Amino acid sequence: MRTVLALIVTVLVLWQGVIWLAGMPPFLLPSPGAVAEALWLNRAEIARHAGFTLAEVMLGFLLGSVLGAGLAIAMGFSERLTGVLRPILTFSQTIPVFALAPILTLWLGFGMAPKIAVTVLIVFFPVASAFLDGLSRTPQAALDLAQVMGASRGRIMRHLRIPAALPQLATGLRLAAVYAPIGAVIGEWVGGARGLGALMIHANGRMKTDLVFAALLVLSVMTVIFARLVAMALARAWRRYGV
Amino acid sequence: MTIARVRGQAWVGDTPLFAPVDLTLAEGGWTCLLGPSGVGKSTILRLIAGLETGARFDGEVTRSTPVALMAQDPGLIPWLDVTGNVTIGARLRGDLPASFLPKYPGGRRSGPIKGPERRGAEPPADPNTRAKTLIDAVGLGDRADHLPANLSGGQRQRVALARTLFEDRPLVLLDEPFSALDARTRAQMQDLSARLLAGRTVLLVTHDPAEAARLGDRILLLREEGLTEWPVPLPRPQGAARPYDAPEVLTLQTDLMRGMMA
Repeated sequence: MRTVLALIVTVLVLWQGVIWLAGMPPFLLPSPGAVAEALWLNRAEIARHAGFTLAEVMLGFLLGSVLGAGLAIAMGFSERLTGVLRPILTFSQTIPVFALAPILTLWLGFGMAPKIAVTVLIVFFPVASAFLDGLSRTPQAALDLAQVMGASRGRIMRHLRIPAALPQLATGLRLAAVYAPIGAVIGEWVGGARGLGALMIHANGRMKTDLVFAALLVLSVMTVIFARLVAMALARAWRRYGV
Repeated sequence: MTIARVRGQAWVGDTPLFAPVDLTLAEGGWTCLLGPSGVGKSTILRLIAGLETGARFDGEVTRSTPVALMAQDPGLIPWLDVTGNVTIGARLRGDLPASFLPKYPGGRRSGPIKGPERRGAEPPADPNTRAKTLIDAVGLGDRADHLPANLSGGQRQRVALARTLFEDRPLVLLDEPFSALDARTRAQMQDLSARLLAGRTVLLVTHDPAEAARLGDRILLLREEGLTEWPVPLPRPQGAARPYDAPEVLTLQTDLMRGMMA
C-alpha cells in the first residue's frame, strides 16, 4: 500500500513538473489539480456514465465467460470439434475488435447491445482458451482409472476434468476481467451518447481535456476494483470448493 | 476357468515390443508378471484393462469379468478427501448422488444416502458404510477426512488399495503399485494387499524379483524373447505374502534374478 501511495505521489509530481517546465497549455495537458476539479464539478455526469459502462462491463463479462466456458467444455468433449474450431477461434482474434465495433453498432443500434457484444468478443477468448487448456491436462492416471471404473464421458467431464481445470478457468476469468472494460469503452467510442467512452469522445471534441482525464481516471479505478472483486470472488469460491 | 487371455504381439512402430505371447489368467490366486522395464509388461496389463497402450497390438484379448486397477501412480483426486477418493468409482458411475465437491476439511458434507440403491451394480451395503469399513481395513480410519496432499506415499497407496477394494471386482490388475515406496512400506503394503485381496484373481506387474517371490502363486517372466512360466515350488499361506526373510523365498528371488539376467 505504501509503495502504491509513493508511486501515485511520484507520478503527480512528475506530471505537474512537466507542465511547469514545458509550459504546456491546459488543453494539451491539464494539471492534476484541474483534473481533480473537473472530476468534482462533473461528478454527477461522470457517475451516470460510469454506471452505464459498469453495467455493460458486468453483462459482457458474464455473458462472455459463460460462452467461453461453454465453448471450452464442448471442445473438450470432441477432438474433431476442437480441430475445426481452434483455427476459427485464432482467426477471430486476428480481427481487431476496433474494426468490428462500427459494424456491430450498425447491426445492433446505439443502445447497450453493441457495447456488450464487443465486451463479449474480448472476454470469451481468454476464458475459452485457458479453460480448454486446463480441460486437456487432466492427469492420465485418474482418466485411466475412470475408464476402468466404467465412467461415461459426461461424468468424467463433470467429476474429473472440469474440477481439475478450475485453476486455469480462474486464470482466464481474471485476465478477462481486466480486459472487459476495454471492450465496453471501444463500443461507446463508436456510437451512442452514454458511458465513459462516449463522455471522453464528447469532451475531447470540445477540448475539455481535463474532463477526458477525469473520465479516464474513473475508468481505471473502476477496472482495478472490478478485476480485484472478480479475483476475490474466485479465491472465495476456491476455498469453498477446496481446490 | 480362464477369465482373461492375451494372445499376440505388440509393436511400437516397426519394432516388436515383445515376441508373440500367450498369457492366460485362470480364476484365483496371484499371477506375477515379472520383467525389466520397457519389455511391455504394462502394455499387457493395459490390454487386459481395455486401456490405450501406445503400442500396436496384433492378436486378441479376451476377458470375462470386470476389473479393478491399481497403478504406481495412485491417481488420487487432490480435491477429494480419503472417503471421497475411495468412493469415486460410485460417483463416476452415477451410483452416488453427490457433486464433485462434497467433502473437504471443515466444509459442507454430503448427507447419508437415502432410499434404495439406484442401480444393481453396487453391492447391497450402503456405499458410505462400505467405504468406512475399507478405510478402517487399510488402517486409515483416523484420516478419512484428510486430503491426499496431507498423506505420505504409503498412505496414498493404502487409499488406492481401499478404492480398488471398493470397486469389488473379481479380477484386480496391479501395475507396479509398490515400486515407488521405501523397502519397509513396500513390504507392509505387500502383506496388506495379500490379506485384503484374498479370494480375488490378481495380476501383478512388477520388475522386482523379491516382490514376485513373496506374492506369486504363478510367476511369468517377460523378456524381449517372450513369456516364460517360472516354476514356483513354494506354497503361499492363505491370504498372506511369503515371509521376506525365509531362506527358500530368498532362493526363489535369486533364481528369478538369474532368470532375468540370462
